[in-house]
Amino acid sequence: MVEKLTGAARKTLADMRRSSEDALFQVAAILLAFIVGALVLYASGYDPVLAYAAMLKGAFGDMYGIGQTLTQATPIIFTSLAFLISSKAGLFNIGAEGQFLMGAFTSSLVGIYLAGLPWILHIPLALLVGAVAGGAWGLIAAVLKARFNAHEVITTMMLSYVAAYLTGYMVNYPFKAPGWVSQTVKIAPTAEFPRILPPTQLSAGIIVALALVAFTAYLLRKTILGFELRAIGLNPSAAESAGISINRGIMMAMFLSGTMAGLGGACEILGVHRRFIEGFSPGYGWDGLAVALVGGLDPVGSLLASILFGALRSGGMIMTRATKVPLDIVIILQALVILFVAAPMFIRSLLKRRRK
Amino acid sequence: MMVNLLDIISVGLFAAAIRMATPIVYAALGGMFSERVGVVNIGMEGMMLTSALGGVTVSYYTGNPWLGVAAAVATGGLLGIIHAVVTVKYAGNQIVSGTGLNILAMGFTAYMSQILWGSRGASERVTGIKDITIPILSDVPVIGPIIGTHSPLVYLMPVVTILCYVVLFKTPLGLHIRAVGEHPTAAETAGIDVVKIKYMGVIVSGMLAGLGGAFLSLSHLNLFARGMTGGRGFIALAALIFGKWMPFGVLGAGLLFGFADALQMRLQSLGILPPQIILMIPYVLTVAILAGVVGRARPPSDYKPYKRD
Repeated sequence: MVEKLTGAARKTLADMRRSSEDALFQVAAILLAFIVGALVLYASGYDPVLAYAAMLKGAFGDMYGIGQTLTQATPIIFTSLAFLISSKAGLFNIGAEGQFLMGAFTSSLVGIYLAGLPWILHIPLALLVGAVAGGAWGLIAAVLKARFNAHEVITTMMLSYVAAYLTGYMVNYPFKAPGWVSQTVKIAPTAEFPRILPPTQLSAGIIVALALVAFTAYLLRKTILGFELRAIGLNPSAAESAGISINRGIMMAMFLSGTMAGLGGACEILGVHRRFIEGFSPGYGWDGLAVALVGGLDPVGSLLASILFGALRSGGMIMTRATKVPLDIVIILQALVILFVAAPMFIRSLLKRRRK
Repeated sequence: MMVNLLDIISVGLFAAAIRMATPIVYAALGGMFSERVGVVNIGMEGMMLTSALGGVTVSYYTGNPWLGVAAAVATGGLLGIIHAVVTVKYAGNQIVSGTGLNILAMGFTAYMSQILWGSRGASERVTGIKDITIPILSDVPVIGPIIGTHSPLVYLMPVVTILCYVVLFKTPLGLHIRAVGEHPTAAETAGIDVVKIKYMGVIVSGMLAGLGGAFLSLSHLNLFARGMTGGRGFIALAALIFGKWMPFGVLGAGLLFGFADALQMRLQSLGILPPQIILMIPYVLTVAILAGVVGRARPPSDYKPYKRD
């Protein structure tokens, strides 16, 4: 009995040490990115300290900054969770962008054409339709994978472009609002998500996002489905011989993943834009992959990394206004974080050298 | 309706199709080398974009567009080195690295454009590569107007394709490349330096993508514009799969997708068919071929990082 307990304690300790090492590695990657970013700024004649300080102040300095940071973080919380849930099952859903767009577009249609419903039905229905549409878009890749062994990296990527052009077609032709802009008309007020921190655009979408973080953590750790998905991701053949259906797992993982991205698209439309505008997403879906990895493929890590990327976006705008540093340094910083996170062995070798 | 059809299907359309195919074919041929040594390169979009900027920058300061082309190829190679270091040396995830490169390119080119020319949108106009007219050929009816006058980089495209074929299938180096992709452990046992070949394949993919970028900024527009690759790196990836990782297959797929691009522009200017529907075609075709609807596509490698025992 005692042995069992100490064994469990030792295991927990080892787990904690491993996860703190992982966190250290994520922080090192972020720090390295900011160091290289500082070199780029310095080389092009800007003061990195001033720029970073302006960015930090812009992102977290006052309630407005915090509101904008969280607004920017909201869609990528969804898309990073979408990437995360698929990756747990060993799948690489890099097409969250397409699922996000399909969710956004279908929810805008529900918002527009089901006017007259009370908000208590209208909002949930729009969210549900957006989520299911995203899930269905993800399911296409799953079916292709399960039936034809078509690699989901390529199919989800290609389907993202199909979704972008399809929704682009929809708002340029059948569902185009009068005027020059490629967009739908506004959704009914009963479908609008309340803004919770005016004058920022922060909407109730952040609450849905936080709930989804908790749900994902619960799903992965406490449910049989979560266990099955992780089992497939860790060792598909062992999972199969234990009686888990791989194909069913692939379908479930991709559907769930697409659902999360689609829900994110719906929240973005109902809360922020209130209509579908062509090109409204600056690549939230593509960011999801990066953010999930920076977050160490952990739901809470995803949340924190989303806030970091959101802060870069919102703080970057303030920084550009205050210091004239081109806004694109923010994109460079994001890319550097991704590249350093992509090479864990590089960071590990750096950290090891430090310790010696 | 008959008049409309003749408006659409003209020699001008086919000439434009060949032009639009050029950057796609170069990048797809590049992707072929990378994938054949077992490294997926979804960073080609970024490699093209950065190279387009590199080429314009050098042409801007030297006035020599051919130096610009060289610079573009070198820029692509440099990004290839980054991709190789992350994925081969440090066994990092190939998709993540490629995504990182694409985002880096987007940010870096806009940043540099603002620093060099004070505009995030576009550079100043630079000296581009002049079109050349092939004597006699250009006088042949129908064919002349289609292939008689083009940028030298267009004429280089079939030459490079043949060269790729010869290198890949008729030389010992090509054998090594294919062996490394298909069976790295066996290749190592046979005395092939797997890591070196992988580096080479990825760097060549960057250089060829760079050539595609050079065509866009020094032959097609003669300036750098923000996001000017417009997804052609991804179309190239589609062409690579559609062409089944074979040089002439890639050439054919590139021409087909180039034709779709030219057709889309023509129809858009005539206002007949929504451009989005045509722009979708390459992506839908690629999904279809992966699903086995249009023949079977089997990649030449399983893209695992190679670890020496």
